[in-house]
Amino acid sequence: MMLANLLGLLNVDSFRHDIIQNVGVGIMTLSIFFASLALTYFRKWKWLFGEWLSSLDHKKIGVMYIIVAVLMLSKAGFDALLMRTQQSLSVGNNHGILASQHYQQIFSSHGTTMIFFAAMGLMFGIINLAVPILIGTRDVAFPWLNSVSFWLFVSGMILLNTSLAIGDFSGAGWLAYPPLSELQFSPTVGVDYWIWSLQIAGVGSLLSGINFIVTILMKRTKGMNLMKMPMFVWSVLGSMTLVVFAFPVLTATITLLYLDRLVGTHFFTSGGGGNPMMYVNLIWAWGHPEVYILILPAFGIFSEIVATFSKKKLFGYTSMVWAIWAIVILSFTVWLHHFFTMGAGADVNGFFGIMTMIIAIPTGVKIFNWLFTMFRGKITFSAPMIWFVGFILLFSIGGVAGVLLAVPPADFQLHNSLFLVAHFHSMIVSGVLFGYFAGIVYWFPKFSGIKLNERLGKIAAYLWILGFIVAFVPLYALGIMGATRRMDHYSPSMGWQPLFIVAGVGVLIIGLGLLTLVSQVLYSVYKHVENKDRTGDPYDGRTLEWSIPSPAPHYNFSILPIVKKTDDFWESKQEKRSRDLVYKDISMPKNSYIGLFLSSGAFALGFGAVWHILWLSIVGLLIILGSVIARTLTEDTEYTIPKEKLILDDIQFYGEGK
Amino acid sequence: MENNLVIKAENSKSYLGFWIYILTDCVVFASLFAVYATLHNNTNGGESAQILFSMPLALTQTIILLTSSLTSGLAIIAALNKHKTRILLWTVVTFLLGSLFLFLELREFNHLASMGDSWRASGFLSSYFVLVGTHGLHILIGLLWMIVLGLIIIKKGLTAKSMKGLVMFNLFWHFLDVIWIFIFSVVYLMGHMGL
Amino acid sequence: MKLAKVLFLVSLPIIFIASIVLYVSHHNAQVFNTAGTIAKDEKSIILFSMFLSLFVLVPVYLMLIIFSVKYRESNKSSKYSPNFSHSKAVESVWWGIPTILIIILSVVTWRSSHQLDPYKMIDSNIKPINIQVVALDWKWLFIYPDKSIASVNSINIPINTPINFELTSDAPMNSFWVPQLSGQIYTMPGMSTKLSILSDKKGSYSGRSANISGKGFAGMLFSVNVVSNSEYNNWIKSTKSSTKVLNDRSYETLSKPTENVQPFTYSFVSADLYKNILGKYTLSDNNMSKVMGM
Repeated sequence: MMLANLLGLLNVDSFRHDIIQNVGVGIMTLSIFFASLALTYFRKWKWLFGEWLSSLDHKKIGVMYIIVAVLMLSKAGFDALLMRTQQSLSVGNNHGILASQHYQQIFSSHGTTMIFFAAMGLMFGIINLAVPILIGTRDVAFPWLNSVSFWLFVSGMILLNTSLAIGDFSGAGWLAYPPLSELQFSPTVGVDYWIWSLQIAGVGSLLSGINFIVTILMKRTKGMNLMKMPMFVWSVLGSMTLVVFAFPVLTATITLLYLDRLVGTHFFTSGGGGNPMMYVNLIWAWGHPEVYILILPAFGIFSEIVATFSKKKLFGYTSMVWAIWAIVILSFTVWLHHFFTMGAGADVNGFFGIMTMIIAIPTGVKIFNWLFTMFRGKITFSAPMIWFVGFILLFSIGGVAGVLLAVPPADFQLHNSLFLVAHFHSMIVSGVLFGYFAGIVYWFPKFSGIKLNERLGKIAAYLWILGFIVAFVPLYALGIMGATRRMDHYSPSMGWQPLFIVAGVGVLIIGLGLLTLVSQVLYSVYKHVENKDRTGDPYDGRTLEWSIPSPAPHYNFSILPIVKKTDDFWESKQEKRSRDLVYKDISMPKNSYIGLFLSSGAFALGFGAVWHILWLSIVGLLIILGSVIARTLTEDTEYTIPKEKLILDDIQFYGEGK
Repeated sequence: MENNLVIKAENSKSYLGFWIYILTDCVVFASLFAVYATLHNNTNGGESAQILFSMPLALTQTIILLTSSLTSGLAIIAALNKHKTRILLWTVVTFLLGSLFLFLELREFNHLASMGDSWRASGFLSSYFVLVGTHGLHILIGLLWMIVLGLIIIKKGLTAKSMKGLVMFNLFWHFLDVIWIFIFSVVYLMGHMGL
Repeated sequence: MKLAKVLFLVSLPIIFIASIVLYVSHHNAQVFNTAGTIAKDEKSIILFSMFLSLFVLVPVYLMLIIFSVKYRESNKSSKYSPNFSHSKAVESVWWGIPTILIIILSVVTWRSSHQLDPYKMIDSNIKPINIQVVALDWKWLFIYPDKSIASVNSINIPINTPINFELTSDAPMNSFWVPQLSGQIYTMPGMSTKLSILSDKKGSYSGRSANISGKGFAGMLFSVNVVSNSEYNNWIKSTKSSTKVLNDRSYETLSKPTENVQPFTYSFVSADLYKNILGKYTLSDNNMSKVMGM
């Protein structure tokens, strides 16, 4: 009896799954096992913990975010493959390879993982890598908080993946609408896993939002006033502003859903005075800003890439800044377009439809500004530019599809159809993912010291572009043919099957593209001697990151730069300016394990909350509080790098007198 | 010299960060207020706010909390005058007032629940308990914060770091006051008037 | 890259897209293969939006291709203006033209949202038929309150007659969607939504739930059979010979979770059933609440 209480809802059945899920658990477990084996064999545990897991260096944190994000992208991509396989086979008398409930868990996991862990992970990874260097500073405003953010992200990720092995996941879609997500219709722990992995990761995101706003506002180097910042930094400022306004709504809303499920409150129940429509409003009040949170930094990356590879100033800098803030403000005024079909009436629907269209204007302005940056430039089509070209071609189609959907009567037909699914994948894949891939490829030499293999990079981009077209054009068509999303079976008389099969081939091509992208990195690292970036400025770049050695030293700048103009590094090259070689001792933050420790407490809290293991949640909470207090009491948080070391590092990379 | 402790340049990052955190907390409360506004008439056959809530109690709680804001401000003034004992004195008073506030609130919650008006009874009560309860949770965190701050000041004295902590705590405590004013107005006052 | 190579690469996806379009046009593109007045109007709006979008897509694509080819590094003859980053004239064009397009579309949006509001009754001389719809796990219940009959997963309606649906759910949120007749509307427990349609073409049109409601939601298929007036009246008569009757007790059985239900009819349905179903969620009836597990 006592043991039963100690373990909450956990029992032997929590570990029993169907064969496909068991394969997934097997792959996950074996990967962890072999990784641990490798670390032991090569005796790298100390290095892993000392150099990486306890690091407060924004660049290392950035790399770790990206590695986790790519792993999650692969996992969720595999989910997509399972979904395409199911929908290609499950017609008429054939019911495919997945039971309905399992299929529903897979697409819910696919969406949740992609948005919260793949896309957000790539975003925070790149923001961490690039923002401090682009503004000429040595680290973010709150380096320890930065590490907490990362580890909370990991903690949420681990909790979500635990659902594969222990228990099950939500089958209510990536947003878990009630009444379906209430206990009555989702009696298993799946929805609770969804709630708590998002809750934990969400707090991490919120803290990062605060961190980067303060960093950008207060840590820019001398002379870099706001209108001289790189456009990427503006886009991050806009995105992080959205984070601090939007994420608290998510935190509040999913807490209320959890309370409904745990103690029987009536926030969103259908009865007892609850209001499920209120959930839909609240979750989209977060959800719509979320998609702009994801896309704005990707836009910013393209601004940097197009200017650099066209060897030309970004066109319409001021317009671009205004466009970002127009998008930020407008993104809070459109949320109802996600549920025109909920019956709010013509006036309300009309208003939100019009607001949604208005947001298309600043977005369109940005596209034209990029194109005009190319005009009368000297364009090199390296891999990052291929991603950009793919983005323009595919994102535009998704964008006009979105404007179409913004007209309520059109949406009445196409809402929740595969047309909608194709639209938002057009935005997220060819916008968000292409942008972040381009950013990783673009900045790779700066944080690794290695130039990436161009040929493999271009092939990867082509495969993604081709794969996307093959995978999603059929989905636009399927929507017009009346195909609803999330169906695990359909009748052959619909005529949908051939299109699903073609879409499946597209996903395989995309998978090939992802493999090529990863191979590009692995191969280039393997050939690192030939690929070494010896100048720190492989593209004849425009912004400050190209003025420091590759890989960027721990402290970024040996001498903090003084900026005179936008694209100051480019200007200083044209004007043949030389640096004032005045070195000073600098302070850098010491490593800390407290972030990692705090997040293990968060995991305990979450796991206990999911399985109703009260003592575990309390222990988790105490660990979190204890960690915060421990950090507050820590006095010795910095160490000094003497200026002699800075001088030596510079001489080693640049030679004497630079 | 005294003002330097508060205005020191390195601290301004922390203050800006803390203000932004307060903003995010505002959004959390705004969401809970929106939920309360939507659900406050969904009594599920039970009694409404007008009947259930006691104005004298709400008024008492308000006076206690506002006074505690005054005393926490007095702690800051003591800090500016570098008077370590007085800082601790006013912090203890603030702590006691905050604890009294919380005690009264929990007692009322318990009273309502024992009458069958728990947070499971209706959408109205769910939203009431969570809105007011979230504020109470923040008060609890404030109490914990005061203990930690007090111990630090006792052990290490008034340093730039502990001053920074004291200022941020004060921001937090005043913020909770502002939220309470809204709760008092929207939940108790408007409830009392049957709105 | 030479222009020829670019054009070749561009033509591949165009051929692919053309094949998809060809495929769709030879099969039942339900949203465009309209059999109802609402769907027809909604289709025109979709097509009009697609047409307007060309005014954005064509310039963007042309600029992308032309600039990429003309200003590529290997083309030494093109002009290079590294600091040309400002032009009020050019910028007003692309703030201006999208704004005009959006204004046009906004007018269309406002007007059509009102004209095609699902709550708006269809203008017609013919007396409308009322049908009450209840989404269940995992089938659709249709009640004809004026005829006191009901059917599951299939309805017959007469051609050219306005149909006024009242919709609710006694299950999670669903969405009532018959693409060939009109756009969808959500069905929610404790709420009653409305939808008005009129079909001007005889045939059998497939409907589904467009919002996930659990395990069996993909099997929530139903058919709307548009028939002549006499065929409709005959059908109503034939339902009277069904052995099944829909009262509170048989409704309780019906509302238990079942999947892939074959259509059948009820010869009689109690008058207040729809109202009672709605009332389950809005009343504070303690017994009902207990039954519903709240």
